[in-house]
Amino acid sequence: MTTETLTRSASLKARRLPIWVPWAAGAVSAVIAYLVIYVGGQLRGGVAMTVVAAAMLFVIILGAVSFSVEGSRAARNRVFATAIYMACALAALPLVYLVKTLIDNGLDRFDAEFFTHSMRDITPFDGGGGAYHAMIGTLEQAGIATLITVPLGVGCAIYIVEYGKGRLVKTVQFFVDVMTGIPSIVAGLFILAFWVVIVSPVFNNGRPGYSGFAAALALSVLMLPTVTRSSEEMLRLVPIALREGAYALGIPKWKTILKIVLPTAGAGIVTGIMLAVARAAGETAPVILVAGGTDSINRNPFHGNQESLAAFVYDQARLATKFGAPRAWSAALTLVLLVLVLTIAAKLLARRSTLR
Amino acid sequence: MAKRIEANNISAYYGSFKAIDSISLTIEPKSVTALIGPSGCGKSTFLRSINRMHEVLPGAHVEGSLTIDGQNIYDRDVDVTAVRRMIGMVFQRPNPFPTMSIYDNVVAGLRLGGLRRKSALDDACEKALRSANLWNEVHTRLSRPGAGLSGGQQQRLCIARTIAVEPQVVLMDEPCSALDPISTLAIEDLITELKSEYTIVIVTHNMQQAARVSDRTAFFSIDKTGDPGRLIEFDDTTRIFTNPNEKKTEDYITGRFG
Repeated sequence: MTTETLTRSASLKARRLPIWVPWAAGAVSAVIAYLVIYVGGQLRGGVAMTVVAAAMLFVIILGAVSFSVEGSRAARNRVFATAIYMACALAALPLVYLVKTLIDNGLDRFDAEFFTHSMRDITPFDGGGGAYHAMIGTLEQAGIATLITVPLGVGCAIYIVEYGKGRLVKTVQFFVDVMTGIPSIVAGLFILAFWVVIVSPVFNNGRPGYSGFAAALALSVLMLPTVTRSSEEMLRLVPIALREGAYALGIPKWKTILKIVLPTAGAGIVTGIMLAVARAAGETAPVILVAGGTDSINRNPFHGNQESLAAFVYDQARLATKFGAPRAWSAALTLVLLVLVLTIAAKLLARRSTLR
Repeated sequence: MAKRIEANNISAYYGSFKAIDSISLTIEPKSVTALIGPSGCGKSTFLRSINRMHEVLPGAHVEGSLTIDGQNIYDRDVDVTAVRRMIGMVFQRPNPFPTMSIYDNVVAGLRLGGLRRKSALDDACEKALRSANLWNEVHTRLSRPGAGLSGGQQQRLCIARTIAVEPQVVLMDEPCSALDPISTLAIEDLITELKSEYTIVIVTHNMQQAARVSDRTAFFSIDKTGDPGRLIEFDDTTRIFTNPNEKKTEDYITGRFG
């Protein structure tokens, strides 16, 4: 009986492709792809097709060259490394393209009037107007929703991680997971049926009414599971050793949580909250359902219809005239910038509190 | 300042598993007591039951009584935080609070215990850092993060944090096992200095360390895995290491077992 063994060469060195070969392979595949698609045959060009063809050719050429010079293991390594880089570029491509489209289209109406005026008395056939009323609505609704959600969500996470025992905590976790999957329109309908129809007449002389606060409630329903889940994960990451260190100093449990555990998990919790805020600020359906939408400025979130940026985008994009689309794009750009600014601010704040 | 600890039939459990069985011993004030023994013999568990840290783990509980100058810390009406303020603890791995500066770490116990006055905190910080032999190394950068220090410095920071609340007893759970020999020496010197003011109980795997720093030594052992740990012998350190009563102790310290 013969036993197979790995063949081992005495030398640790192996033949390697020179550095310029991948570049050359790239150039060659680009040229071939260009010639085939633009010059030869029935194919009449197309940038995207050329890039795709060049990429495939590059993988084949590099793999073949590498196989003949370096051997099969190195060739496989090169092919998979290339594939991973391409997957990465492919994943980033939609984001880059989205930002580019947003900026290209959004800058048309990104002017002073847009940020200082509402759409009051502006018909679909008029230019001008702005999204001031929508910005106020988004800030107030998302702000109130955050004020409601953060204490509840973080508190719930603290209960789950620090205090909860047995069946109850499992039940809470289960319902949080179920809540994560609630579609936003369902949250909107719930608030419509519960708050707008049943509760709001109590504060409104017996008549039901839309309000920004109702939208904030609907957004809270959507944010709560996200905030709870992410805070829970972050609290679990805080080492037990830190809690024990605090207990051993005679620090009571509630102070340990407040002064040691929460600050340690702070940056992560803030990131989770900002993700939830970003999602809430972009929600459209529940806001239209329970805030009603309006063309005028309404600074009072507790009374009367309110607009939001997302609802504004929806309204303007539906207009059949040439004035609607630019306003919608600018509002979309504003919304993205708003979320970006809030996120950066929150991160800076969290970092400041961690390291001095 | 320092207090006498009397353990009477202390048994500790993790859920239904009995980790130590009926340990009784008396620890004299202003002395260093070393707990030695093979891994899993319950010396850390016993140490953690001295300041009620054992019960922090889910499902863990302690039976028996443990008195500090006549007060049983396992009585129902005892305030656990008061017990831990009286009996401080230093852990195996340095665990400075990562969000806090060196200064904040040292005064954490005082500040979160309710002391607010800046001058009092400043004085306590300097005193504790000097006692921990760390003042000279860090007094110019008290506002820097505590986690930025070296391992040995972090451990001394944790010791400073512990003695800043002026406990009567300091428990140390293998305080040098994550440190290099030079940092270990610094901490051993520190233990010898602290002895004049505090009662110290130290768990160690290093028998030379036990022989160097302790006055009394307790040897713990288990018969086999799954059995609870027992106290085999408790005597003066010199006697344990030169002429122990028990065969098991002799086997362990001479390296025939464990």
